[in-house]
Amino acid sequence: MAIKSVTERKSRFAGVLDGTLNWVDDRFPLTSNIKAHLTEYYAPKNFNFWYFFGSLAMLVLVIQIVTGIFLTMHYKPDASPLDGILGNPSVAFASVEYIMRDVPWGYIIRYMHSTGASMFFVVIYLHMFRGIIYGSYRNPRELIWLFGMGIFLALMGEAFFGYLLPWGQMSYWGAQVITSLFGTVPLIGPDLMEWLRGDYLVGDATLNRFFAFHVIALPLVLLGLVAAHLIALHEVGSNNPDGVEIKKTKDEKTGIPLDGIPFHPYYTVKDMVGVVVFLIVFSAIIFFAPEVGGYFLEANNFIPANPLVTPAHIAPTWYFTPYYSILRAVPPIGVSQFPGVVAMGLSVVIFAFLPWLDKGAVKSIRYRGTLYKKWLLAFVVSFLVLGYLGTVPADIFGQFGAWLGKADIATVIARIFTVVYFAFFLLMPWYTKRDKSLPVPERVTG
Amino acid sequence: MKIKNIMKKSLLALVLFPCLLFTQFAIANEGAHLDRAPIDASNQDSLQRGARTFINNCLNCHSASFMRYSRLQEIGLTEKQIKDNLLFAGEKVGDTMKVSMNKNEAKVWLGVAPPDLSVEVRARGADWVYTYMRSFYRDDTRPSGWNNVVYDKVAMPHVLFELQGEQTFNHETHELTLSKPGMLSTEEYDTLIGDLTNYMAFMAEPGKQQRNHLGWFVLLFLGVLLVLTYKLKKAYWKDIH
Repeated sequence: MAIKSVTERKSRFAGVLDGTLNWVDDRFPLTSNIKAHLTEYYAPKNFNFWYFFGSLAMLVLVIQIVTGIFLTMHYKPDASPLDGILGNPSVAFASVEYIMRDVPWGYIIRYMHSTGASMFFVVIYLHMFRGIIYGSYRNPRELIWLFGMGIFLALMGEAFFGYLLPWGQMSYWGAQVITSLFGTVPLIGPDLMEWLRGDYLVGDATLNRFFAFHVIALPLVLLGLVAAHLIALHEVGSNNPDGVEIKKTKDEKTGIPLDGIPFHPYYTVKDMVGVVVFLIVFSAIIFFAPEVGGYFLEANNFIPANPLVTPAHIAPTWYFTPYYSILRAVPPIGVSQFPGVVAMGLSVVIFAFLPWLDKGAVKSIRYRGTLYKKWLLAFVVSFLVLGYLGTVPADIFGQFGAWLGKADIATVIARIFTVVYFAFFLLMPWYTKRDKSLPVPERVTG
Repeated sequence: MKIKNIMKKSLLALVLFPCLLFTQFAIANEGAHLDRAPIDASNQDSLQRGARTFINNCLNCHSASFMRYSRLQEIGLTEKQIKDNLLFAGEKVGDTMKVSMNKNEAKVWLGVAPPDLSVEVRARGADWVYTYMRSFYRDDTRPSGWNNVVYDKVAMPHVLFELQGEQTFNHETHELTLSKPGMLSTEEYDTLIGDLTNYMAFMAEPGKQQRNHLGWFVLLFLGVLLVLTYKLKKAYWKDIH
């Protein structure tokens, strides 16, 4: 008897739940959205390691937003000196240390945010690399790729604006250098630079506007683009390591792709494993090495910003260094550094053209010929070498450069790899067309 | 096979990339040889001695305006000990370590206002601080009469010279020699500076010990969670071929 009454109560409870759900569904497409994006979104069953990074990027975005909200409660975007005494660290710098020392659990929130910034780029770079090797940017997924590029650009802006906020030496001089790049634009340059800074030099006005961009303007753009990225993805369906369109072979009765499985529960449980592995790496960094040897948090940024003392070596954070290397590698025309600035801008934006540069017969690297693979390898090596060179002074290999005359060997290397970097993109129509590809199977493989 | 190869190679490159980055450090410190600072965050005696040295000697010109006296309780001092031994000018235990020296006047006297030392170890590294404090030498061409091997033409005079004595620097052999002994032997002075550096490393991030401690529990939790999520995944995927 007792058992029966429990079941009865349970079913009554279930009835209330169903009723509520129906009530909502009559007014808002809740069930249909859950179906469209989770339980009846059919993803290829052969996702591999590279397919973890999309969901991980979402995770990091959430971490950044949540920790960011809590940081904003204590951070003060104020470049004036502490206690009004000239020569003291700024209020902004002090508020970061206040978070680190006096706010309960503040140090963890701050390290999550600073580590999250770098890990965002780690994840996004791997995510983009996945798109490149499996041809995920190609027809019909060009718009997904373009929205993704928008996210990438917004993220770079987000990282740049956020980096000024601690108001340390690297914050200050990094912003000074990057904003001065706009000063190289012919005719309008100096005015443009002043307009961006809100002052003749990076100062309190710059700090306040960067804060506004960092905490509201760009996050809004980012969230909008992420939504568009996902809506476009769920419209056309996911690519996979074979580059086979699973929608081509559907079950005749149900219309469900034979190689597709519902995203939930299959990929939700799989991504959970990825999330935990990621969190292990993330926590190891936060709790044991939050500076990551000066790459996630630069030592110089623990020196309060001083507009009168220029650091001997100004390096951007690691995720910007490949492009920074390209900036330095391109020689000026006369006194104008503008060509380098254009090359740097192009080196980022050029990814957006991949869907139209790639003329290969197949999507996935699994069925590409060796020609493409060689070019891709050359590109990966260039990206990494340029990335490394961007972290060090341009004369780093000066001691080996005697045979080059006055040129620094590091600059010569950077120039060679800059050419390779651009050749990967610009010659892509030629070498992908010429490439001998392997036959692509009808269905996905293991 | 070739696909596997190129994947392996690119993975290898991704793994090697960070290693490549870390080589920067060898290069960054090329300027002067730095001695390894004897940092031991668990040695409370050393930290307490270092705190005393810092408060008695450094905290006259240099502030540590993010460091609260009360946090010295984390290195084993009681509130009463802090009050009785380390507070001299009517500060409260909850106050931060400020100095009364006027920054503008200090700039006139010394050429540069002494920087705040709260996070100095994070900016320059413990080894740098440890070596710097032991590398002052007599240089009559400098206004203060002192120069430093790791910080050429430094504005700061050798405040602890009575303890260390006077060193001279041979510009050809790049060697420091003690030309006039001080109150302490070389070993005693090195210990003093070692303790001071140890304390300054603590002061640069007082929560570090707690953070490291907590990290093991977090990793343990995630390790268990990894096993569970992996089993869950296996259970769900057993019918997918």
